[in-house]
Amino acid sequence: MSSLSSARLRRSIALHLFLTPLALIWLFPLWMMVIFSTMPDNGIFSPGIELLPHGNFVDNFNNLQRDTNFVGAIGISVSVAVTYTFLSVLLTSMAGWALARYQFFGKGVVVGIIFGTITLPYAVVLIPQFIMVARDFQLANTWVALIVPPLFNSLGVLFMRQSFSMMPDDLFDAARVEGVKEWRIFLFVALPLARPMLAALAIILFLASWNNYLWPLLINSQPGSMTAPVALGTLIGLTKVSWGGIMAGAVMLTVPMLIVFVLLQRHFIAGIAAGAVK
Amino acid sequence: MRNRNATAYRFLAPYLLIFSVFWVWPIISSFMISFQATRTVPWRFAPGFNWGRLIGDPAFFNALKNTLLILVIQVPVMIALAMVMAVLLNSPLLKARGLYRFAFFAPVVVGEVAYSAVFRLMFSLDFGIVNKLLNSIGLPKIDWFSNVTPAMALIMIAVTWRWAGYNAIILLAGMQSIPEDVYEAATLDRVSKLKQFFHITLPLLKPVIVFCLVLSIIGTMQLFTEPFLITERGGPGGGTETLGLLLYRQGFRSLNFGYASAVAYTMAALAIAITLVQLWLTREKQ
Repeated sequence: MSSLSSARLRRSIALHLFLTPLALIWLFPLWMMVIFSTMPDNGIFSPGIELLPHGNFVDNFNNLQRDTNFVGAIGISVSVAVTYTFLSVLLTSMAGWALARYQFFGKGVVVGIIFGTITLPYAVVLIPQFIMVARDFQLANTWVALIVPPLFNSLGVLFMRQSFSMMPDDLFDAARVEGVKEWRIFLFVALPLARPMLAALAIILFLASWNNYLWPLLINSQPGSMTAPVALGTLIGLTKVSWGGIMAGAVMLTVPMLIVFVLLQRHFIAGIAAGAVK
Repeated sequence: MRNRNATAYRFLAPYLLIFSVFWVWPIISSFMISFQATRTVPWRFAPGFNWGRLIGDPAFFNALKNTLLILVIQVPVMIALAMVMAVLLNSPLLKARGLYRFAFFAPVVVGEVAYSAVFRLMFSLDFGIVNKLLNSIGLPKIDWFSNVTPAMALIMIAVTWRWAGYNAIILLAGMQSIPEDVYEAATLDRVSKLKQFFHITLPLLKPVIVFCLVLSIIGTMQLFTEPFLITERGGPGGGTETLGLLLYRQGFRSLNFGYASAVAYTMAALAIAITLVQLWLTREKQ
């Protein structure tokens, strides 16, 4: 028995000896992001190796704000992500509910189109979306342009359809016998029951919107209408720019999400594991 | 029945409207635009115009080659690494599991712009921490940005860092759904852990692995932000230009929508082909 447990101990030590360096390598870029954001520019571009924080974050942030209106861009990003998340959760859970709970004409076609096109790359729709929003609707550099087109995402529909179809029929039938209207059953019976799934979906959608880069880069390119990642991206590659400032911006984009991740890890992981959003 | 139709479509209508306008119609529209000459006013139908140019365009073949190269090397390495992470995170011998999970899963929430900026700084030639560390252990500096091979390696390192944990989450969830008693029976029969992995875990996990592969291939196929920001517009000299970047340059720098749509449909065709091959392969072996 003792030889068995000492073998377990040896295996456990080997496991930690392998995994710890790998974990440190994985954390290293995030650690360096924080370190860089606290260093003056002449410290970042100096020959020494610096692995500990300095006290320059506020100066760096002021440099960033001088290079681009980052606070304004953060405001746009937060409002867009909140609105997008709310609308997307509402639309996709309504659609998922219809597909899970009703038989109706054309259901097979709708499900078929959603599944049949789910593996198509987003790049395919980029050009027509841009032509439509910028030229036909004249909506470039508006909030609508940032919020509405990305609502097409169908993975939320499939996720919610799956969630609703796993609920027992009796629940809803009982309410129907009482004469409760269908939209009230959806709002007051089904949605509260689906709360964990809605939380997982909302977190993943919020993150996707917060980090979205390509579409906002294309459609909202005017300085006053840029989201935070786009505003930060315009600075990367400029010759006269504060890299400490860029890192301060990167920290402001990343650290709130890391905190949310730690607090709501369970929902995050549930959302990703279910493939709610790719 | 009629009543149910009306109810169902009332719930579906808002989403279906958006889905049709911003997804289904663009898929069709993009295909049609690829057959038009779009730099004349008005656009004119010219079936061979963009596709003919595409098959004779060295820039397209360069981007295609780079994209496939990244795909063939980066995706398998990343999925293998994700598998290692998932297996080890699942081990009952692991202490402080939460810390390790945080380390590997944290990149999932980091935006492309933020991490591109960090990688650019970490790998810079003279002042980058990576070259400083290489130097300090007696290795020569690597010029990550002016030579094609290190630049490609850098793109692959960055993408792997960002997405390995994401795939590990999916694989780990898959592993945890395998019933415990399968392993208990194998352990009673004195089957080694390694054999259990190859004969129980891997076969049962195959659909999940295929799902990860498909997601990763489609993602890598459209790689844009990393070569756009880290290696600065596909540098050095187009050495890291991808199909995503070519589409961006043609569509949104040269405003050549027809040609960009042809590039987009090439990506779609590749994604569909690879997905079908994978589905077929997994079905074959079951």
